[in-house]
Amino acid sequence: MVWKRVHMKVRQSAIRTFSSVCCYTSFTTVETVSYCEGEGRLVVRFPVSGQTSGAEPARCVRMANEHYLELKENPVQFEHASSVNNVFFDEANKQVFAVRSGGATGVVVKGPDDKSSVAFRMDDKGEVKCIKFSIGNKILAVQRTSKSVDFINFIPDYPHMEFTQECKVRQPLGQTSPFPPVPSVTLCVALQTKNANVLGFCWTSWNEIVFITDQGVEFYQVDRWRARRFCRVKLLFRCGAAGNVLKCGFQVFPDKRSLKLQKSQNINVNWYQYCPETAVLLLSTTVQGNVLQPLAFRNGTISKMSKFEIELPVIPKPAKLSLSERDVAIATIYGQLYVMYLKHHSRTPNSPGAEVVLYHLPREGPCKKSHVLKLNTTGKFALNIVDNLVVVHHQSSQTSLIFDIKLKEPDCAVNTHQPVLPARSIHPYRVSLSGPVVVPSQPPVPCQLYSSSWSVFQPDIIISASEGYLWYLQVKLAPMVHLLEDKGKLMDFLLRRRDCKLVILSVCSQILGGHEEAGLPVVATVFDKLNQVYKDYLEADQSYTAAMESGPSRGSTAQKRPVRTQAVIDQSDMYTHVLSAFTERRDVSHKFIIAVLMEYIRSLNQNQITVQHYLYELVIKTLVQHNLFYMLHQFLQYHVLSDSKPLACLLLSLESTYPPAHQLSLDMLKRLSTANDEIVEVLLSKQQVLGALRFIRSVGGHDNVSARKFLDAARQTGDQMLFYTVFRSFQQRNQRLRGNPAFNPGEHWGRPVGEGLAEVLS
Amino acid sequence: MLMISPKMASGVQEKQYTPCLLSFFIYNPTFGPREGEVRVTLLHTNKHHKNLKMMTKSLHTQKNRQFFFEPEENFWMVMVVRNPMIEKPNKDGKPPTIEYQEEEILDTVYGAVVRQCYCMYKLFNSTFGRAMEAGGVELLIQKLEKFFYRYLQTLHLQSCDLLDVFGGISFFPLDKMTYLKIQSFVNQVEERLSLIKYTAFLYNDQLIWSGLEQDDMRILYKYLTTSLFPRHSEPELAGRDSPLRPEVAGNLLHYGRFLTGPTNLKDPEAKFRFPKIFISAVDGYEELHLIVYKAMSAAACFMISASVELTRQFCEQLDSLVGPQLTLLASDICEQFTINRRISGPEKEPQFKFIYFNHMNLAEKSTIHMRKTASVCLTSVHPDLMKILGDINCDFARVDEDEEIIVKAMTDYWVVGKKSDQRELYVILNQKNANLIEVNEEVKRLCATQFNNIFFLD
Repeated sequence: MVWKRVHMKVRQSAIRTFSSVCCYTSFTTVETVSYCEGEGRLVVRFPVSGQTSGAEPARCVRMANEHYLELKENPVQFEHASSVNNVFFDEANKQVFAVRSGGATGVVVKGPDDKSSVAFRMDDKGEVKCIKFSIGNKILAVQRTSKSVDFINFIPDYPHMEFTQECKVRQPLGQTSPFPPVPSVTLCVALQTKNANVLGFCWTSWNEIVFITDQGVEFYQVDRWRARRFCRVKLLFRCGAAGNVLKCGFQVFPDKRSLKLQKSQNINVNWYQYCPETAVLLLSTTVQGNVLQPLAFRNGTISKMSKFEIELPVIPKPAKLSLSERDVAIATIYGQLYVMYLKHHSRTPNSPGAEVVLYHLPREGPCKKSHVLKLNTTGKFALNIVDNLVVVHHQSSQTSLIFDIKLKEPDCAVNTHQPVLPARSIHPYRVSLSGPVVVPSQPPVPCQLYSSSWSVFQPDIIISASEGYLWYLQVKLAPMVHLLEDKGKLMDFLLRRRDCKLVILSVCSQILGGHEEAGLPVVATVFDKLNQVYKDYLEADQSYTAAMESGPSRGSTAQKRPVRTQAVIDQSDMYTHVLSAFTERRDVSHKFIIAVLMEYIRSLNQNQITVQHYLYELVIKTLVQHNLFYMLHQFLQYHVLSDSKPLACLLLSLESTYPPAHQLSLDMLKRLSTANDEIVEVLLSKQQVLGALRFIRSVGGHDNVSARKFLDAARQTGDQMLFYTVFRSFQQRNQRLRGNPAFNPGEHWGRPVGEGLAEVLS
Repeated sequence: MLMISPKMASGVQEKQYTPCLLSFFIYNPTFGPREGEVRVTLLHTNKHHKNLKMMTKSLHTQKNRQFFFEPEENFWMVMVVRNPMIEKPNKDGKPPTIEYQEEEILDTVYGAVVRQCYCMYKLFNSTFGRAMEAGGVELLIQKLEKFFYRYLQTLHLQSCDLLDVFGGISFFPLDKMTYLKIQSFVNQVEERLSLIKYTAFLYNDQLIWSGLEQDDMRILYKYLTTSLFPRHSEPELAGRDSPLRPEVAGNLLHYGRFLTGPTNLKDPEAKFRFPKIFISAVDGYEELHLIVYKAMSAAACFMISASVELTRQFCEQLDSLVGPQLTLLASDICEQFTINRRISGPEKEPQFKFIYFNHMNLAEKSTIHMRKTASVCLTSVHPDLMKILGDINCDFARVDEDEEIIVKAMTDYWVVGKKSDQRELYVILNQKNANLIEVNEEVKRLCATQFNNIFFLD
């Protein structure tokens, strides 16, 4: 297929035209329409013949489709899972482990970047159940049995030889292998609790690890310094069933058999979830599994957060495990930790549909049920968090929904949310069949989305083990713009997104595009929302600067400089990207242009933000262009356009077309009270020499002023009396100041003053 | 017109007569001599009247003064005013002696009155020429009679003074934010009701915003403040059960009401007719419906092209849109105004009697004049002093230069006139034993407190 590309030269109007083109696309042959943000043009593609096209320009934000979710480019690729290759994923480091033949033919670790990718070999000591690096790839922990975990030291600055002396080191495998063999310090940690089975483990720092067993939690530290000679593991805490945390002494474990059994109580752990960002571990306890115990790890300590119970839709009889690990996820949204519970309803005809219940886990205080997200359907779901949005994937419809918990729903109960946008599927994704090596001859084939082989991890990871891909999910803001009718709500939504600036600016251009769609009240609302964020940032920045100036030592908490997010749209952004082009438009009435500019200035004023001069200039330019001088006069009369020297100068330049501008300008200079020199210049240029002289005397600047320019101006009038008056006035001044009427050298105009006077008086 | 002078001269009662209108006529000499009040000719050129500011000419006689004004080519407006006079009764039953005070009336003041007459006619009827074009002399005569019959009765020549010369606009002092809110309101209304072409916004009979050009606003302002507003007393100020507010009682959501057009929207018989006005446009004149809508002290004038038929539906829409917003805005302005006054404090309150006028924006401010009423414009100073002000104004008009004139009036008052660029300031000081220097200082002080934010040369 050959694509015929039609470029339309557009500015903001493009976006308006766009929506109509967009409707058009669905019925005719136009295949895609895209808006190039950077170039300000619309790209419309028509399929012409049966040949295929080249790649589309990456900068184009495709709008023809409404897929607002997509899989990020450049996924992490790994060898797909097979009978000889086991794949593991570590949520803490976001690493995928492809373990071939139990590690004997290689372990390939792929992380989000090249630095975190490692390949090595290790002995096949049985089937690997779980494998994870500590943070920073320092220590590898491998679990092969349900009773013990092995450690392999990856700290590079320790010569491997030292390990060989103290520890048991595997001999290098065959030299031909592509993977370097690992000198492993295998330290099997046996559990503190007898008969306990390890459900899993999590690294909470580079050398701290927590084991979750079916009977409790055990928290260890691998001693880095002593690891040089022999590896030590320190048991820090163990958590018992009743939730009592038992602090253990410093434990050295030179030998796995010398484990000392601590006092222990039985705890019934069904499963666990771990949030690496906040280092919070969630344990499912009790028979039904619906009592969750969160534990927080920090700096080698463990603290118990309040436990809470999840309301089950049906209470089973007899009691059995009813809360599945699959239905619970833990993630941070807007900096707060939430436990998300996918609540399925029984399949009855008038079932209300499934919902996601969010439990807020504060650092202190009890956990509360805080939000309910209505899915309005039933089936299989998976959850992701992208850009603080809760994304709910629905497998049977192959669509996803997004929820913004900060978006207030006016017609719902306080914390019940409906999807922000209608359900859409993830943007189609193509993969090349040849796997990691790109073969140009083979066209990429569409990848099956919402496949049952997908695994979803928090916050934004989707893994297809059978195909060997790890994707990051991301939101595309541009397509949402057309899906959300309420512009105020849209703005609220966009302002909370990460890469929102360009989209917000394009929405601004769009609502100014034509006032059938968005009237002034909408424009006003949007401006107010933007400026609220802008003001909050300015205030935070100001108080930071003030705090820094008053001395950083003062104040107990060291203030951090406020981060300027993309949502801070300042006046220069609005001017450059929206307003300057908007005022140039010929197809919009000047009345609307001025109304919009005034609305923006009003909104800035309402938020006590100092309006920048270039905005006033824009207002004046627009008014002058349409001969609306009286309007300008009234604005100045009420000081809507704040006083400044540049503005006064601009007004002076308007005098020839609008004479009252002269008066307005002088008034403004007077009010500034720092522009006395300018006032004198203006008056002298008008040959109002006496006026200038009177003015400079009234402000007390007479003594320091240069007589020369006054005399010059007086001479130019050709009025001899005037010249004499001015001359005398300065002579008197000289007499008063220096006791002599003579002028200082250089103060008069080039020639001796007396001579000039003679000439004029003659 | 009879005014008993408070002055008692040597026990004999004098009767003082203020100037009054003797006759007023409009004629066109090219039409030839024909009896009647209005003489017009068929010859007419549709010419733009850029030189309306040209001086009226006057003829002084002992008894009368005649003012001539040619607003349109060959159309002359003539006003004859009887000089003020004093009737002195004679002792022996003889007819009283009448003394005409020829010098008491000012050409500038009454010249301005004639010009105003024309402007007012033009505001509601467009030019003479247009009437001629539309329906010939008959129509013009009909229009003139209809308009001037009522208008001349409202002239009150005896209370005309300097303010009539200026024909200024009083602006309502307002902070920037509230002003921007009003801007926003006006813009949003104009957008929602796209029929509206121009809007003017007033508060307390003072102008805040005008979408009309300055000269049109000037005359509309005159009409609003001297005729329309005084006729409609404030029903919202009256008690809740007062008969003055029958239509307000039914609508508790807002205080908005139409000052022109229907008095009660709910009345099924209501007529949706509004006065029509003519304003200057790029190509001649533009005819507009004038809708004046008021809520509490805030009044909004909406002007809509006369070619559009205004319907009940439109009026209801306007009422429901503007009413609540204007009510809110009015209370906002009131609140803001009170705050500002409290901040500025009583020392900012003028203790001087002065008149200020700026030719550039027509802004006028007077602490001499009381609130205008429908019938008469009251001043708080003696007419003699007002005449001195008028005289100073005439002097100022003669030269372009900035000037300052200080006059000691016979009644121990000092009258100071200052002209700086396009601004004029007249101050009346009542300081018996003050000398010239003290008076000068006093005026400087006034300028520093009242006019510190403008460039006003001392």
